[in-house]
Amino acid sequence: MSTLSDPPKGSFRLSMLLNDTRYRSMTLQVIAAIILALALFYLYSNLAANLRAAGLNISFAFLGSPAGYDINQTLVEYDSQSSNFRAALVGILNTLLVAFLACITATVFGVLAGVLRLSNNWLVSKLMAFYVEIFRNIPVLIWIIIIFTIMTAVMPSPRDFRGDDPASSMLFDIFAFTNRGVYVPGPYFTRGIGGADGSALNWALVIATLAVSFFATRFFTARANKIQEDTGVRPSTLWSNLAIWFVPIVVLCLIMGLSWEIPALKGFNFSGGIKIGGPLIALWFALSIYTGAFIAENVRAGIQAVSKGQTEAAAALGIRPNRVMSLVVLPQALRVIIPPLISQYLNITKNSSLAIAVGYADITATLGGITLNQTGRAIECVLLLMLFYLVISLSISAVMNVYNNSMKLKER
Amino acid sequence: MSDAKTDSVAFVRTKEIPQQPAPSNAAGPLKWVRDNLFATWPNALLTVAAGYVIFLILTSTLPWILGGIWTTSSLAECREVLQGKSAACFSVLTERWNQLLFGFKYPSEFYWRPTLALVLMFFALAPVLFFDLPRKLLIITVLFPFVAYWLIWGGTIFIPFFALVGFAVGYVVYARYVARNFALGFFGGVLGAVLTWYISGFIIGAIAPETPVLGAVPSRDLGGFMLNMMLGLTCVSLSIPIGIALALGRQSSMPLIKWICVIFIEFIRGVPLITLLFVASVMLAYFFPPEATVDLFLRVVIMITMFSAAYIAEVIRGGLAALPKGQYEAADSLGLDYAQAMRLIILPQALKISIPGIVNIAVGLFKDTTLVSVISMFDLVGMIRGPILASTDWNGVYWELLGFAAVLFFVVCYGISQYSQWLERRLATDHR
Repeated sequence: MSTLSDPPKGSFRLSMLLNDTRYRSMTLQVIAAIILALALFYLYSNLAANLRAAGLNISFAFLGSPAGYDINQTLVEYDSQSSNFRAALVGILNTLLVAFLACITATVFGVLAGVLRLSNNWLVSKLMAFYVEIFRNIPVLIWIIIIFTIMTAVMPSPRDFRGDDPASSMLFDIFAFTNRGVYVPGPYFTRGIGGADGSALNWALVIATLAVSFFATRFFTARANKIQEDTGVRPSTLWSNLAIWFVPIVVLCLIMGLSWEIPALKGFNFSGGIKIGGPLIALWFALSIYTGAFIAENVRAGIQAVSKGQTEAAAALGIRPNRVMSLVVLPQALRVIIPPLISQYLNITKNSSLAIAVGYADITATLGGITLNQTGRAIECVLLLMLFYLVISLSISAVMNVYNNSMKLKER
Repeated sequence: MSDAKTDSVAFVRTKEIPQQPAPSNAAGPLKWVRDNLFATWPNALLTVAAGYVIFLILTSTLPWILGGIWTTSSLAECREVLQGKSAACFSVLTERWNQLLFGFKYPSEFYWRPTLALVLMFFALAPVLFFDLPRKLLIITVLFPFVAYWLIWGGTIFIPFFALVGFAVGYVVYARYVARNFALGFFGGVLGAVLTWYISGFIIGAIAPETPVLGAVPSRDLGGFMLNMMLGLTCVSLSIPIGIALALGRQSSMPLIKWICVIFIEFIRGVPLITLLFVASVMLAYFFPPEATVDLFLRVVIMITMFSAAYIAEVIRGGLAALPKGQYEAADSLGLDYAQAMRLIILPQALKISIPGIVNIAVGLFKDTTLVSVISMFDLVGMIRGPILASTDWNGVYWELLGFAAVLFFVVCYGISQYSQWLERRLATDHR
């Protein structure tokens, strides 16, 4: 039986490709595919012609050849005879180092400023508003340069520490702030396992101990939660957790004989301890205070997003005021705060590429700067550089999506 | 209680007591100070600490700024005048004022041209930013890009003129056919414009005078804060339409179109701007035809526009997603096709929601234009770090110059963000 609503079964006409919604999207996509292919082919043929004209080819063999330049701040062993790949690796580690440090300090600054901006104290909240506006509205590059200038032009030179009545002196006799960098005491183990060269092994042991402590506290907290759910009485976890955190690590350090190497003036420069270069400090500090201003706004917005009714409801239930914050407001505020916070971390990682402006040897400065200029492999270097940042951003986005899905309001 | 005497009241006041002023510690400034600065002990400590911080900042900077010298011609001279006192040498700003604003290669006899373009910019932006102004002012906005191009780069007036003519032809074709079909109007308009430009290429070659009215300035001579302003304004205005197209493409039901947009947006958002600037400075030239020489300014504009378009697309996608589904369904039920529904129903609302986000992106982008100093373009930061600090006269004048740059950017960016907040209040038509 056929009804009036059946579509007409007429023969296929060419105009139906554009006018019939059943075929139109197919037509448009085919057209788009053709245009895309033509554009890509055009770009590729230009590239091929240009490379032919310049006598170049695309090859990644340069990664294996010696880099031929020195890097002043390295986390892994490196000298000028190491390969370009090794230089890029040094750069990657330096990028991750400064990004990691800046993420931590930016969070501290941001949370402090965000909470203080909501303070009842007029002066403090205005001061924090001033901080946020000043740092958000001036380019981060200018901040990096300003702090780098402080590090190089204002700090005393090592020469000023010399003599009986020196122009400058070390802070608490253990920190030296000089225009070549900041020297801080470096830890080392006198009775470490594996002798003098076993330092990596020792640090691995320390990290393993901390990891065990972490999982142990997780376990005890979960057990306390379970007991609380079963019986309604929560066993105290504070002291046991503190003990789990501190006792093993202190014992380990005592056994391995942890001691500190204090920097001292030798010749024209300080030696001993750990040297943190001026560029690293400039980049680290500038990224922290700049991004901290943005994080402060996120934190403020997150806390304000929790409606007043929630606080009042908690009070009506008889929850004590200091528990209202931790049990009711913060869990809900964190849901709002954490996604933008993670994208701020992503911004820090991307902005750390400005290291090239102050000569900090991150991946942009090694692979995209010196290696590119020395080998002339512009296309390969820039592609590898983009690949690195893409991998970082996509993995952070993936983490963020997992988090968002787990924190999503479960409704209906 | 029932037998309580009711007539035992000894005294009943018949007149109202005159109103008393509040106790001095419960009203006026004293109460304000107590409530807002010294409410509790920790609060009072915080106030004292904050006051001390403010005191430290002011005592260290104010004498330095107020004692500044404005009229010397080199750092050595300035130090002589100061005689060991610690104060600012602002004379670097007065002496290098033009370099800071226009770069060090822009011909000094032409400084009036970018200045005039800046003044025109305010007139061109005014009707866009404040929609209470008469709509006729939009004519200035339409003409502004061409006039500004002619003023800043100089050369023959026929290039911007025929560019404008091309747009006019495109618009006429679009307006003629859009009523029949949006696609026909749009692509007809593009075709008309491109044809006009192609033909005018020959005409310009034939009639361009040997010595144009305004002397030509090559793009590599542009610099200073002017470069930041030009990059910021050009890239933001170019990236809004591209961002809209990308956002619509990302929402499209056609998988191919959707995935092209997703890959483009995620790729651009995943890499730092500086790598895109590297692409502009060392890589992009390989993708142009071998005989074409595209100057660095244009390459940088292309890359920054792509960068901000991807971010703006995400903001607009948020606006599109925030619209209730009923709006889409209502447009469908009225029988509007896709182009009509987007143009008349969806985009006006979605763009309104996205305006604060777009302004945020614009502020961020304007700050990011300082990054071009890394690929050796002499914008404000590039000028300061390059020619000025490297000159023998002013080697070592850091704070005055960096402070000037910071103040300049702060004024512009803070102004834009205040405008955005005003606009948000203004556009809040619901929740009265």
